[in-house]
Amino acid sequence: MLETICLFINAAIIQGIPLLFGATGEIITEKSGNLNLGIPGIMYVGGISGIIGGYIYEHTAANPNAALCVLIPLLSTLLGSALMALIYSFLTITLRANQNVTGLTLTTLGIGIGNFFGGSLLSFFGESGSISLLTTASYYKASLPFADKLGLFGKTFLSFGFLAYSAIIIAIVTSFVLNRTHIGLNLRAVGENPATADAAGVNVTKYKYLSTIVGGAIAGLGGLYFVMDYTGGAWTNDGFGDRGWLAIAIVIFALWRPKLSILCSFLFGGLYIVCVYIPGLTSSSKELIKMLPYVVTIVVLVVISARKNRSNQPPAHLGLPYFREDR
Amino acid sequence: MTKTDKRAHEPLIHITKRNQIPWWKSWMIRAAAIILALVVGAIFVMLMTGYNPLQVYSAMLDGNFKSSRKFWMLLQNTSILLCISLAVTPAFKMRFWNTGAEGQVLVGALASAAMMFYVGDRLNNAVLIIVMLIASIAAGVIWAVLPAYFKAKWNTNETLFTLMMNYVAMQLVGFAIMIWVPSGSNVMGVINSKTESGWLPNVFGQKYLINILIVVAVTVLMFIYLRYSKHGYEIAVVGESENTAKYIGINVKRVIIRTMVLSGAVCGLAGFLLVSGTHHTVSKNIVGGMGFTAIMVSWLAKFNPILMVLTSGLIIFLQQGAGEIATQLALNESISDILTGIILFFIIGCEFFVHYKMNFRAKHGKD
Repeated sequence: MLETICLFINAAIIQGIPLLFGATGEIITEKSGNLNLGIPGIMYVGGISGIIGGYIYEHTAANPNAALCVLIPLLSTLLGSALMALIYSFLTITLRANQNVTGLTLTTLGIGIGNFFGGSLLSFFGESGSISLLTTASYYKASLPFADKLGLFGKTFLSFGFLAYSAIIIAIVTSFVLNRTHIGLNLRAVGENPATADAAGVNVTKYKYLSTIVGGAIAGLGGLYFVMDYTGGAWTNDGFGDRGWLAIAIVIFALWRPKLSILCSFLFGGLYIVCVYIPGLTSSSKELIKMLPYVVTIVVLVVISARKNRSNQPPAHLGLPYFREDR
Repeated sequence: MTKTDKRAHEPLIHITKRNQIPWWKSWMIRAAAIILALVVGAIFVMLMTGYNPLQVYSAMLDGNFKSSRKFWMLLQNTSILLCISLAVTPAFKMRFWNTGAEGQVLVGALASAAMMFYVGDRLNNAVLIIVMLIASIAAGVIWAVLPAYFKAKWNTNETLFTLMMNYVAMQLVGFAIMIWVPSGSNVMGVINSKTESGWLPNVFGQKYLINILIVVAVTVLMFIYLRYSKHGYEIAVVGESENTAKYIGINVKRVIIRTMVLSGAVCGLAGFLLVSGTHHTVSKNIVGGMGFTAIMVSWLAKFNPILMVLTSGLIIFLQQGAGEIATQLALNESISDILTGIILFFIIGCEFFVHYKMNFRAKHGKD
């Protein structure tokens, strides 16, 4: 029994990590007032960029070197997802396009890019079969060397690759930056009331660009974790599923707080797979359990709007464009 | 974005809102954007495939006009997308960001399928179709009114609420299929394939004609509703300024809820058309993202129902064309999503140049 519970917790964390990357990225973005609904697409691009980088390196280098095997996909992912976020930023900030329309288009584009390159990468290189980057993935999956010696505890909490720990560290650092530094204060001011921030001398455009791009890059890492660590270097079209939307749900559920989003991610990750661990479930009730994350998110959304507690609200200017000369 | 010249204290580019732009000029900007997008898209396909651009676009035409079946598919898909776009339009005009059309259509489809499944063999076909229609509309309305009610009552963020409702709807469909298909194969076959009860009839021997005719009627009605009715006027006022609306005595909450009832009802209708008039079955991805695409269709057409015929046609044309390119070249068909994305981004971006003017600094800008 204990063993099963530990297995479940372990699986919940594994499922939660991509969500955590996505949620942290989206929190940073939303704090600047940009509601980036392109995050699900960005995460697909993050995943496929890592695959492309890793594939090219693994197939051109005679003896793939461990450091480069990790670095090249990592940098490709950061670059690919930052580029996607740049498209969003340019359209919504500089060209003042509608954020919802731009974000949804970005998701269409991103999932398209992921599935297109995932489905045709091998044929570009004249190969057939399915993508599998075992060497690269093995470095991503490498866990702490002493994890195996710690028995059940090690198996449950220490058996992850380095990206999993980075996700948690990034979330904690984000929380610190947002709440304890000058940059965070300015960023929150931009999201709450850009006109006031502008009047106080904060460069609204710069903050919006940077937070959206950094947020996008972090969210992309969720895709990288998924393809390298979770699936072990393989790509399946639409394999990432609707996890990107789940990440956006976590942002609400965690009330725009990065530290809380760590726990929420694991909770949602657990809900995503809990049906496998409850014995005797019919397949129809499994579907209902998968509905839970979305239902609880809706409940949270309604409750925070009803209670009007000021510290739990979305950034006041979320989703709205800012044009200095508008009155 | 803008560079400051410290000496002159004048930015290189100074952006101002345009007061008025002649209609032909704004359409020239949009046409230029589409042409530019097609060029960029062609370059992308060339890089990926080695095709020359003419081959790319002739393949696109093939995908839509090569056979009468493909042409009917173009019309059919356009009409469904148009129907969903019409559904989201009144809400958007009121600045209510309904990102939940996907779910609203899906529950509509589910309701129709449920009626076919449970009472399909007990009712006369005409009665059954009416029951299905009512069930679909009711389901769509429920899915739309929930977020609208909370928006009106507590100003709950409707973008996120409606977005989450999509996935609740998807799981609900998954649940229903698991119950209806005992084998656990997770795929619902065609319902009532022998009796064809609950299927919309063929008109003039064409399977999809009745769908198309219904959507044409909805388009005209929606145009009249938005342009000439008192409700349409109220929607426009609430969208422009909620405070003005309150000031002149419009009950904003009532308008929000009433408009979302309409939006959900048309979404439900689209779900009914998908099940009764098209697929005769239901699946989690029967809507196939059209609920999201519809948002862009409506927005690109400036919320004008007549223009939406063009924008929805354009998007379906692109998707089918890109699908054809993918088949001809044995490429992954997701290339159509990429091409659609590129074109949409250009159109979204060009709106800036329609609404704003860029004033460049004069060469000797010092005073």
